Amino acid sequence: MKILGLLRGMWITFRSMFERPVTIQYPEVKRPVRSRFRGRHELRRFDNGLEKCIGCSLCSAACPADAIFVEAAENTDERRFSPGERYASTYEINMLRCIFCGYCEDACPTEAIVLGHTYELSFTDRRSAIYTKERLLVPVASGGQPTPMRVPAGAFDRSIPLMQDPE
Amino acid sequence: MTTAMLIQWVVISALIIVSLLTGFAYLTLLERRVLARIQVRIGPNRAGPFGLLQPVADGLKLFFKEELIPAQADRVIFVLAPVVTLIPALIILAVVPLGPPIELFGQTITLGLAPDINVGVLYLMAVSSISVYGIVLAGWSSNNKYSLLGALRSSAQMISYELALGLAFIGPILIAGSMSLQDIVDAQASRWYLLYQPIGFVVFVLAAIAEVNRAPFDMPEAEQELTAGYHSEYSGMKFALLFMAEYDKMIAVSAIAATLFLGGYHGPFIAEAPLLGPLYLGGKVVLLLLLMIWLRATLPRFRYDRLMAFGWKVLLPLALLNVALTAVGVVMWGG
Repeated sequence: MKILGLLRGMWITFRSMFERPVTIQYPEVKRPVRSRFRGRHELRRFDNGLEKCIGCSLCSAACPADAIFVEAAENTDERRFSPGERYASTYEINMLRCIFCGYCEDACPTEAIVLGHTYELSFTDRRSAIYTKERLLVPVASGGQPTPMRVPAGAFDRSIPLMQDPE
Repeated sequence: MTTAMLIQWVVISALIIVSLLTGFAYLTLLERRVLARIQVRIGPNRAGPFGLLQPVADGLKLFFKEELIPAQADRVIFVLAPVVTLIPALIILAVVPLGPPIELFGQTITLGLAPDINVGVLYLMAVSSISVYGIVLAGWSSNNKYSLLGALRSSAQMISYELALGLAFIGPILIAGSMSLQDIVDAQASRWYLLYQPIGFVVFVLAAIAEVNRAPFDMPEAEQELTAGYHSEYSGMKFALLFMAEYDKMIAVSAIAATLFLGGYHGPFIAEAPLLGPLYLGGKVVLLLLLMIWLRATLPRFRYDRLMAFGWKVLLPLALLNVALTAVGVVMWGG
């Protein structure tokens, strides 16, 4: 009886040799991430090209790893970066500190910072671990203008877009 | 002894050693690929086509590793132990006939270093037992409890299974009526001894796997209990030597099993093309190696007391029974 069990085990391992390997050949083949995957951050823009970030530093306050540094400056209608009074003149995330918890995303009042789907973040020196605003900002959508832009006075006075209850 | 003979010996020894060394390198790759397939993975396939350069990469890596000798270790024995393990594994194939004699440059050349010496089987037994010294010395000189325990286990295990192994040798010796491996192979020209000695073959394979410390009998290097057993403290090329010894012993016992039970170099059309001999032998060796890898992929490690019980209470009586049956058979129906 014991021999029979042994032979059955051998048969199972023999059979498994002809199954399709589950290995994903990583650099060539990439496994799609889940839609709520928390990867590298990106700073979003409105459709017209204005940055959503208003430099409020709530993300920085929410960050448990103290990875985010924000410095704000005043918007003017001649040099407008974002709607409302202020924009982030400096926005840096230290990827050596970030734990990808997504609290910054939750804290953001304008949904400007979002954790994207990029996860290939390797770097070879500590300086390049710091992601500056230029690296984090997404490109301007088609039909939009790059920031800073000149806008008519009074067009973008609200920092936070008007919220409406869903129908 | 003529110069021609000397040259012939040197060439054949070099061939045997080189084929063992490359065989070791590619056996590690084969094992990793086959194990991976059994575990529904792909295995190393990055270095070169099909991962064929993987052994080279591994070897280079080991060359560049630091050679560490523990402070309290017995330095001389520590350095000597891997050599003592490796040498028997390399010289054991000296008595195995690799193919039928061939005519070359007007001379008859025997394939194999000394296939026809009349104590061939005794030589196998004696040399294969030496390598246990290397393991025991490696464990002892490391001055590490895990290493010592691994070495103790391996010596106990090897002594227990050596008996069954020796008794399994007796079957083919009795039938062939000779201890020369050349005679044993010649006697299998028409029919393999596997047909006369099924029990003997099974006992031999099990005892041989225990003898070379392979899973499921890999007690001396049980990772989970002993980190790595006797080679815990070894690094760099000394580790590579111990590793090489383990895999060369696998090749050696496979070659011996093929010679004693599977007809050695015999196969179809061997009389017309004697150079097929080494190929047939190599094919049989690869099949036996695949069997060993397959067993490793399937079976979990034995518990130590069960290992001993299995060796003494199952394998040894079985081997004795086989010897008795073979002896009766030889007397009744002739050799």
